[in-house]
Amino acid sequence: MNENGIGASVRRKEDQRFLIGKGNYTDDINVAGQTHAVFVRSPHAHAEIKGIDCSGALAAPGVVAVLTGDDLAADGIGPLICGVTVTSDDGEPHRAPAHPALAQGKVNYVGDHVAIVIAETRAQARDAAELVDVDYNVLPAVIDTGSAADSGQQQIHEVAPDNVCYNWPFGDKDGVEAAFAGAHKVSKLDLVNNRMVTNPMEPRAALGEYNPGTDEITLHLTTQNPHVHRLVLSAFNQLAPEHKLRVVGPDVGGGFGAKIFVYAEELVVGWACRKIKRPVKWNGDRTEAFLADAHGRDHVSTAEMAMDENGKFLAMRVQTQANLGAYLSTFSTMVPSYLYAFLLAGQYSTPLIYSEVKAVFTNTAPVDACRGAGRPEATYLVERLVDICAADMGLDPAEIRRRNFIPVDAFPYQTPVVQCYDSGDYPAALDKAMELADYSGFSARAEEAKSRGKLRGIGLSSYVEACGIAPSAAVGQLGAGVGLWESAQVRFNPTGNVQVFTGTHSHGQGHETTFAQLVCDQLGVPIENIEVIHGDTAKTQFGMGTYGSRSLAVGGVAIARACDKLIAKGKKIAAHALEAAEGDIEFADGNFSVAGTDKAMNIAEVAFTAYVPHSYPEGVEPGFDENAFFDPTNFSFPAGTHICEVEVDPDTGVVEVVKYSAVDDFGRLINPMIVEGQVHGGIAHGVGQALLEGCSYDSEGQLITASYMDYAMPRADNLPSFDIDYAPTNPPDNPLGVKGCGEAGAIGAPPAVINAISNALGVRHIDMPATPETVWRAAQQAAAVSA
Amino acid sequence: MSTVSMTVNGEAVCGEVESRTLLVQFLRENLGLTGTHVGCDTSQCGACVIHVNGKSVKSCTMLAIQADGADVTTIEGLANEAGLHPMQQAFMDNHGLQCGFCTPGMVMSALDIVNRNGHELDESTVRKELEGNICRCTGYHNIVKAVQAGAKAMGGS
Repeated sequence: MNENGIGASVRRKEDQRFLIGKGNYTDDINVAGQTHAVFVRSPHAHAEIKGIDCSGALAAPGVVAVLTGDDLAADGIGPLICGVTVTSDDGEPHRAPAHPALAQGKVNYVGDHVAIVIAETRAQARDAAELVDVDYNVLPAVIDTGSAADSGQQQIHEVAPDNVCYNWPFGDKDGVEAAFAGAHKVSKLDLVNNRMVTNPMEPRAALGEYNPGTDEITLHLTTQNPHVHRLVLSAFNQLAPEHKLRVVGPDVGGGFGAKIFVYAEELVVGWACRKIKRPVKWNGDRTEAFLADAHGRDHVSTAEMAMDENGKFLAMRVQTQANLGAYLSTFSTMVPSYLYAFLLAGQYSTPLIYSEVKAVFTNTAPVDACRGAGRPEATYLVERLVDICAADMGLDPAEIRRRNFIPVDAFPYQTPVVQCYDSGDYPAALDKAMELADYSGFSARAEEAKSRGKLRGIGLSSYVEACGIAPSAAVGQLGAGVGLWESAQVRFNPTGNVQVFTGTHSHGQGHETTFAQLVCDQLGVPIENIEVIHGDTAKTQFGMGTYGSRSLAVGGVAIARACDKLIAKGKKIAAHALEAAEGDIEFADGNFSVAGTDKAMNIAEVAFTAYVPHSYPEGVEPGFDENAFFDPTNFSFPAGTHICEVEVDPDTGVVEVVKYSAVDDFGRLINPMIVEGQVHGGIAHGVGQALLEGCSYDSEGQLITASYMDYAMPRADNLPSFDIDYAPTNPPDNPLGVKGCGEAGAIGAPPAVINAISNALGVRHIDMPATPETVWRAAQQAAAVSA
Repeated sequence: MSTVSMTVNGEAVCGEVESRTLLVQFLRENLGLTGTHVGCDTSQCGACVIHVNGKSVKSCTMLAIQADGADVTTIEGLANEAGLHPMQQAFMDNHGLQCGFCTPGMVMSALDIVNRNGHELDESTVRKELEGNICRCTGYHNIVKAVQAGAKAMGGS
């Protein structure tokens, strides 16, 4: 094996700059003549704007400009868009209210953007923002997900009667009803998927510069997808033509979905810098992140499973009401529909599935993708319901899963909900996880815990997710406004070192290392001679960015394809130089050699020859630099079993996660160290959702969890170390044999934790987040019932 | 405006600040030391941890004028020509960072943990001591390992 190639836990190339304080995040960038922006935000969840008086702010020290929605409209800057269409049950597209980047006549959530104040310093902008006098006529607010569409509710948008964005029924309703009618047993569960604030550690920021000499705007943004930002800002918001707009996502301090979307602040900063002819910098603070980053999850559901006498699943029925917030964020509509309902089969061979999703508007921040996006919601529902089924049938949770797993020999497996799973061995992952977790030793540990007054519980979660987003034809049929292929360019310089340009974006995932390993492995170039470049529309070709665990599964294959082209071209060059037939040239370990001889040429020499083609094959272009675009034929389907073991103190309700074991199938691992880190982070995110994180608005729409004092992020002392292992299968649809690993933990963990707590307390269900108060109340109730 | 003078990473510096200027703003904006980050407004996240007179401080919670005359060390002050500080090296070797945003604060807190608790740190001590530093990427697993390994390496050096 190449010591820095595929399968090696190579230390990360990007770490050096981060460790010595030389990362280059958006707020670290300062330019001459820079001004500072602060946004005036709505203090009300729902109100008409009767007037805005900017005179006080304009007169304040250092103020350069105060701009409102009227200024934006006058300049023809378009509203923010949602890029995916979902057809409602009346045959019409989902209801799409206008989403102006600065409010025009009305605000619809606390934190909604009303004006931008630009001053010489941030402090001056902040002071002046206090002086913008907005006359509001406060309206009743709609906050609660479950009742947002009830009759008599305040109407938020004229275009969306009953606050409904779409009603989306999916599946064989009649077949499911017939199966339920004939079932031996029906298990039912009502559950809530709690609203989360995604919370990458770097707050969002934007720095806009306008060059009147070239008529070009350069926007540095905290973005996961610079080209998507540029495309949307250009084509839909009329900010500037694509060739006059450069978007740079420099170092980005985490994304987890929250930095996919095109936000109001980004558009407004880009527009304002041209309007005032000076650079404008906005750096959001954490409170603004809580108020105005797109949130995640927020479903209220009822799930039912019909079973035969052996606990075999016959049919599943799901009703979900999903909160999309006040406006539609960039990809919001697809999250509770395509990314959710298409995963409701889970790991099981349930033949019939029917779901109804009602997506509603409320006077809360927009809701969109958050690590996992729809798939955690589906997995939580399925894996909680399966535990309820086990309890109702008197079966061990592992046993009921085993009875219903899709058999190993059934892959590729067509589910009843669109997806065709590529490969999987679900019993293998379950077995390995049970061994890792010492499942059979649990009852002894529970007894021992009992002697200390603690309740010990164990919970399983067998998840599957659809990653490698994704095949363009498939997402196009579903209503996506973009293709989801990925691009790569692999460029040799004349001296033999390599620059790899990728359309994906790294914001913690370690692409600079993993992608260099791919190239090192395939081309035999020393890893220190390979540089991965991403995140700048002026440097890289169009690409779709990073989300949905797609970068390696899609972008990695594009890199490999570009390398294939270099090898093919190199063979022609080497054949000419070595005076051999092209068919006799073999390529291995960085050397082109003539089969059966000792004649060989290193790839660096070939590159030099390609740039200095004094003696060169006829008909071959000079240069050693290849592009490739890869559009997969299918999603990839990582899967696994996670097992969580908890100890509950019934006197305080405090839950301690004492052991967490995860066995995942990600296909082939390129850098196991990085993969393990991704799993750890995902699990922490999922445990956070299950135990700690609950975004909460009061009945008037004030966000009462708007800081780290009130919103409980997982901290080091909330978590154990994790036991990680793998049960890989080989996905036939992916040329690299990889599946994607970034979201698995956040998908697998929540049901594993809640199943464990339910097991410890002996209760049927407990909603997330299982805070000490919630758990204590449930423990008291359970004790009262059993007494 | 007031004038403040202090030693930062061994060099004498001075600058003009408003009385409301935070120490982290002085470091980032006046001195261009952008390795120290701001991740929250409530002194919770720890991305801004530096050392002031040898003790860890959240630099978003101290005014620049309060640091007048102080000896300040930031993440930029750890590595030297010989290479990374052993704690930085341990973070690299144990994959204790992903997006890198919390990393400077984590490393500076880790050094303070070692200063107060010595070179043999058990897992629960490290986890408890890191309570004031939030990371969204790593799940802390590898940060804990890195702090333990870094502490040990510092003891051996």
